Amino acid sequence: MGYLQNIREAVGTIFEGLSITASHLVRRPFTIQYPDRIDVRVQDTLPFRYRGLLDVDLEICTGCLACERACPIDCIVIEAEKDKQTKEMILKRFDIDLAKCMYCGLCSEPCPTGSIHHTPEFEGADYSLESLVRRYVKAPIVAYKPKKGPETDPEIAPILSRGLRYLDEFATPGDAKEP
Amino acid sequence: MQQFADRLLSDGLLAGLPTGLGYAIVIAVFAFILLNFIMLIAGVTSWLERRVWARIQSRVGPNRVGPQGAIQWLADGIKNILKEDIVPTAADRRLFKLAPYVAMTGFFGAFACLPFADGLIVADLNIGVLYITAVTALVVVGILMAGWSSNNKWALLGGIRSAAQIVSYEIPAGLSVMPIVLLTGTLSMQGIITAQGWAPWRWFLFANPFTFVAFFIFFTAALAEGNRTPFDLPEAESELVAGAFTEYSGIRSLLFFLVEWGNLYVIGALSTTLFLGGWQVPAVSSNAFVMGVLQVLTFFLKSYFLVFVAMWVRATLPRVRVDQLMALCWKYMTPIAFVNLIGTAVWMTIFPTGNRVVELAMTGLGLAIVGYFLARVRYHLRRAKPELYLSPAI
Repeated sequence: MGYLQNIREAVGTIFEGLSITASHLVRRPFTIQYPDRIDVRVQDTLPFRYRGLLDVDLEICTGCLACERACPIDCIVIEAEKDKQTKEMILKRFDIDLAKCMYCGLCSEPCPTGSIHHTPEFEGADYSLESLVRRYVKAPIVAYKPKKGPETDPEIAPILSRGLRYLDEFATPGDAKEP
Repeated sequence: MQQFADRLLSDGLLAGLPTGLGYAIVIAVFAFILLNFIMLIAGVTSWLERRVWARIQSRVGPNRVGPQGAIQWLADGIKNILKEDIVPTAADRRLFKLAPYVAMTGFFGAFACLPFADGLIVADLNIGVLYITAVTALVVVGILMAGWSSNNKWALLGGIRSAAQIVSYEIPAGLSVMPIVLLTGTLSMQGIITAQGWAPWRWFLFANPFTFVAFFIFFTAALAEGNRTPFDLPEAESELVAGAFTEYSGIRSLLFFLVEWGNLYVIGALSTTLFLGGWQVPAVSSNAFVMGVLQVLTFFLKSYFLVFVAMWVRATLPRVRVDQLMALCWKYMTPIAFVNLIGTAVWMTIFPTGNRVVELAMTGLGLAIVGYFLARVRYHLRRAKPELYLSPAI
């Protein structure tokens, strides 16, 4: 009759439910305990083209100011002037205000060598607004002059090849200028 | 404890003091120790409940404050003490402030009768079980006071619902204790434990089929008395904010929650005493201290296992509606409890000293149920879909 069946159903379903939750009790939880208890840094799992914080490889910057002109928010400030005697570009100031940057990537597309590029780094939070202005020029430095053939300087070659690879993958094919 | 106090007074530390003062000092010291122990257990239970609940829901739970988050409850307690003490303007101030302490008294008084080991009991009253049932009813008074004095309609409703629930479930709980009292002939807690043995087939749980059912009825009714899910309608967070305790903040609300978690331990301890053989261990050593430690450990582990089962049930079952709650109590549990009582009485007339065969058969049945349960758990583990446990990023 209904009474005994109710009792049987109650006991049966509670038993089954308890066994399901007991099976969950002994499984590994889903939780990813970011940031200190994960196996692999999340930055290392992001793709190469990921539009994280901006970085500038000053060794291959040509001082062409293409990124400054391309930025829609004017967060890049560059001071570069041509030295009268040696006819070289001198970079006096290269500031990127990360607080203003909107990570659109418009600055890294026109760069001839790929020196300004996005990194997979995304943890940029800090306690003061001033620390978000990244100043890349410590002392006035000569800008890079792209060579006709392949780059011979062993220190600059890997940086240049990485920059060009970034341009290759990131910018539309055909826009990257070969040195 | 009376003998301990007498010994201290006659030739121990307190020799020479007037008897009343000596007793008062011993009582105060024991009460202080016991209160600390209880608050520690209630706090650790709250942490353990959060961890167990979280693991059942495939998440982690608090694990940052201290090793594995073990002092999370201390941090919560300190935070609550530092909070502003809000008493609603139109509330009945004296009742409002008194209510948590009445509830705590009700719950704390039950610990005077809990047997931790052979001889380690604060007061071995010869009406032990009756005393515990009566004293825990003070919690109802506390909850009603909280609901009424808050000057809040929904708190009042929560308090009344809670009182109705607790009072209704006293009946199956009390009736399920009666078969045990019939079997032993005494209400004293130590008496009930000494009537059992250390082996599972000597426990009252497996003595006869009626006590087996009585255990589950008692445990469920005690859970309902403690306002635990699935019977926590009075404090259902999604429905009545916190029920009777809506207007409470800071340490006052924490006291109510400590009462709830500590009550879990009282329920576990009572069930262990009545059905699971209490502190009985096989006589492995002649050293009284070693035996005492083993007994305390056994009692504690058994009670805490039942506390864990209560937490597990809370994470598993949905809340029952108030009419389902009342139907369950009056239409199902009370008749079954009566059947148990009469069945045990009939059983005792047929087998006055118990039936060994039936005891062993019931133990076998219990083991078979546990085995079937583990088989179902293994079945569910096998069917767990592995792709849900692989995260693409990590």
